[in-house]
Amino acid sequence: MNTVADLRHTASATRLPVADDFPILARPVHGRRLAYLDNGATTQKPNAVIEAEARFYRESNANIHRGVHWLSQHATELYDDARATVQRFIGAARADEIVFTRGTTEAINLVANTWGRKQLTAGDEILITTLEHHSNIVPWQMLCEQTGAVLKVAPVNEIGEVELAGFDALLSPRTRLVAITHISNALGTINPVAEMVEHAHAVGAVVLVDGAQAVAHQAVDVQALGCDFYAFSGHKLYGPTGIGVLYGRAELLAAMPPWQGGGDMIRTVSFERSTYAEAPQRFEAGTPNIAGAVALAAAIDYVQALGMKRIVAHEHALLEHATAALRAIPGLRMVGTAANKAGILSFMIEHIHPHDLGTILDSEGVAIRAGHHCAMPLMTRFGIPGTARASLAIYNDETDIAALVTAIEKAQALFGTRKKA
Amino acid sequence: MSAMDGNLRELYQEVIFDHNRQPRNFHEMPEADHHADGHNPLCGDQLTVYLRINNDVIEDVSFVGHGCAISTASASLMTEAVKGKTVAEVEALFKDFHALLTDTPPERDFGKLAVLTGVREFPARVKCATLAWHTLHNALIGDHSPAHTE
Repeated sequence: MNTVADLRHTASATRLPVADDFPILARPVHGRRLAYLDNGATTQKPNAVIEAEARFYRESNANIHRGVHWLSQHATELYDDARATVQRFIGAARADEIVFTRGTTEAINLVANTWGRKQLTAGDEILITTLEHHSNIVPWQMLCEQTGAVLKVAPVNEIGEVELAGFDALLSPRTRLVAITHISNALGTINPVAEMVEHAHAVGAVVLVDGAQAVAHQAVDVQALGCDFYAFSGHKLYGPTGIGVLYGRAELLAAMPPWQGGGDMIRTVSFERSTYAEAPQRFEAGTPNIAGAVALAAAIDYVQALGMKRIVAHEHALLEHATAALRAIPGLRMVGTAANKAGILSFMIEHIHPHDLGTILDSEGVAIRAGHHCAMPLMTRFGIPGTARASLAIYNDETDIAALVTAIEKAQALFGTRKKA
Repeated sequence: MSAMDGNLRELYQEVIFDHNRQPRNFHEMPEADHHADGHNPLCGDQLTVYLRINNDVIEDVSFVGHGCAISTASASLMTEAVKGKTVAEVEALFKDFHALLTDTPPERDFGKLAVLTGVREFPARVKCATLAWHTLHNALIGDHSPAHTE
């Protein structure tokens, strides 16, 4: 097997042999080859995932945790296996530290509504960063309204990095919770999460990490990071929509009250009083997305079979290639050039609004995101309405980047702003 | 040329580029007697429309703001189209213009506004072309909450 170093120095470093696993990549868009570069929004699904979900419904479908019949026990086993797969994937100590949710957003809202409402009182502080996605801002604002807690925001520098000095300056004994993104969805900045966790713990704060953009693109070990909560979505990890994960340290989950009430989250129910199940069932009221969990486990298996080292090497090489290719375009300005970056390229083209650019790129079969990327405060920080964003995944290669560059040049030609290089 | 390229040419006509580069009536109006803000949160497009109305006739109209080429050009073309019209005529034109972009438009002469017909093929961009009109409508009815197109 090639080592990471080998892969960096071979021509295949910018191509992994996986495109054939993703049937949607074979469909043309507007008569063109699809260059799907909107992976920050959602990734495409390999056959292994599509088949796992279909196979569950064809062969294993039943409700879990209630039937004495064989199919129900079988479905329960698959669901429990999926939880164990997630546990191993992110290095959690125990499977019962894994709560299935609809996605990252629901995972963060769960923490806000359970841990947050129980623990926070007026004057307590929640520290986030300027990089955060709305899903790691708004739940905390709502919690602040409910509890009288105060939201603090660590600044980012000109290249889109959270500097530890600025972050540390806002930590105090009043800081009860630190909620930070692992990788910025808008700029690709990789936060120094382990250090931030250490500093936050030093003042006694609990730390939640938004891992939505991280789990598909680098190895994540929650125990090595030291975080207390870690949230991510299945659909950005080549899995289905509607399934996600909240990791919580066992002692924290054990002390948290339930959020939604219903079946599966109780121990006993009477009209006088109900008692609740232990975590994780306490936080999984109602019939969960069983097929989604099973398919998420298939996505994790797929990613692990490919190997996270290969994925990181591939995406890093492609990021460097794409960055150089974009920088060579006159009138293009990169937004977010952190030293430690994942495969996300945010940029502006002189005299062309990101939405016009998005429409023209689409006409060439190039799918990117244009806009504020659900990070409006971050856009405000840089004084821009939004950016165009190309975000990379395992199936992208130099052909996609060439299509992106050609489409940008077409937009500049159409707008009459094309300059000679 | 592919069908998509044809659609793109229809969307980005020279008139659109002209009005995007040099928007008409693009200034604040301190003496305005009506004004309203518009905002498309999804795009970040933002504008303010100012009006001076005399005897039910729009004597002067202007706008400021920022947005994509479609929204800027549409706002600029709108100011040219409504100046000198009565409030009722403008409201009727808004209704017909909206139908031009999304529905079956009535038989009428849309003048220069017709260059925005290309937006029909780009449903995601209809809101760009109509933001200025929604904002104008709010200014006319005295609604000071920010207009949007959702």
